[in-house]
Amino acid sequence: MKQKIILRVISKFLIPYILLFALYVQWHGDFGPGGGFQAGVIFAAGFILYAIIFGVDTVRVVIPAVVTRLLLVFGVLLYSGVGVAGIILGGNYLDYNVLAHEPTHGQHYGILLVELGVGITVASAMITIFCTFAGRGPEDPEEEV
Amino acid sequence: MGMIAIAIARIHNLFAVVMLTGIFSLLGAAAYVIMDAVDVAFTEAAVGAGISTVLMLATLALTTSEEKPSPKKNVVGALIVVTITGAVLIYGTLDMPHYGDPLAPVHQHVADRYIGQSGTEVGLPNVVTSVLASYRGYDTLGETYVIFTAAIGVLAILGRGRFPRRREEDIAEDDAQKTPDETARETGA
Repeated sequence: MKQKIILRVISKFLIPYILLFALYVQWHGDFGPGGGFQAGVIFAAGFILYAIIFGVDTVRVVIPAVVTRLLLVFGVLLYSGVGVAGIILGGNYLDYNVLAHEPTHGQHYGILLVELGVGITVASAMITIFCTFAGRGPEDPEEEV
Repeated sequence: MGMIAIAIARIHNLFAVVMLTGIFSLLGAAAYVIMDAVDVAFTEAAVGAGISTVLMLATLALTTSEEKPSPKKNVVGALIVVTITGAVLIYGTLDMPHYGDPLAPVHQHVADRYIGQSGTEVGLPNVVTSVLASYRGYDTLGETYVIFTAAIGVLAILGRGRFPRRREEDIAEDDAQKTPDETARETGA
């Protein structure tokens, strides 16, 4: 699809806004609908659109396979680490109250970090799955899709 | 939605089927919005209508986009089983509480505390986020592990090392650079 100039121009125009909207959904999940899962999927959708238009290899230049795999693990570890931090600070596992001096502040930090972990894991998992699917196969996948 | 479901079952062109499942998910998201479940609708629209459709298309690119005609036998038996199952399911919904009934069992348990206390206990305006990330933190952790496991599984089955394509080319180049003597030695001649 590299030769379709309208798709190229429009997708290049749209992708920054998709990523920006994902970040908005990520950080605004406390106040409106949204959160880590949705933000991660939307963030990944930006990269997948890029992969469909410009090819998986181009995306792998932007965000190499090593990076997505490290982020995949990092997100899960961040979530689990918040739980362990709760234990170290004298609470139960995933008890956010002890993370700050005031319980509600601790809850706020805990939820923010946990949602960030979810978002990172979901985004990198989706990018990994798509690139693994599309990066192999008999035909050139970016022409097929 | 029912019409789309019938169309999905009847159509043999898998590309059209994938498109219709995407539309089906989008209609499902609209239904969730009507029921005031905005967060669920958001997820359904993003995952069901977006990512699933793209993944299905990627799968079609690997396989084929035309369904093989299955031999038609025992259609009547299947229809009877499906009809009975559907009737039982509908019968099961008859004694469910009406939508939005305040006396429904689901509203008698912890929902009161979530709605009444989460503002002071957790301090977030969005109750859904409070429940998801704080009260039900374990569940969400489990969900994250599920997605992590899915990615690991795909990598284990389909992934070919760190740089899948480059490695194949390297092997090809290595083979090309080898002299006939070396190839003979490796094959154990």
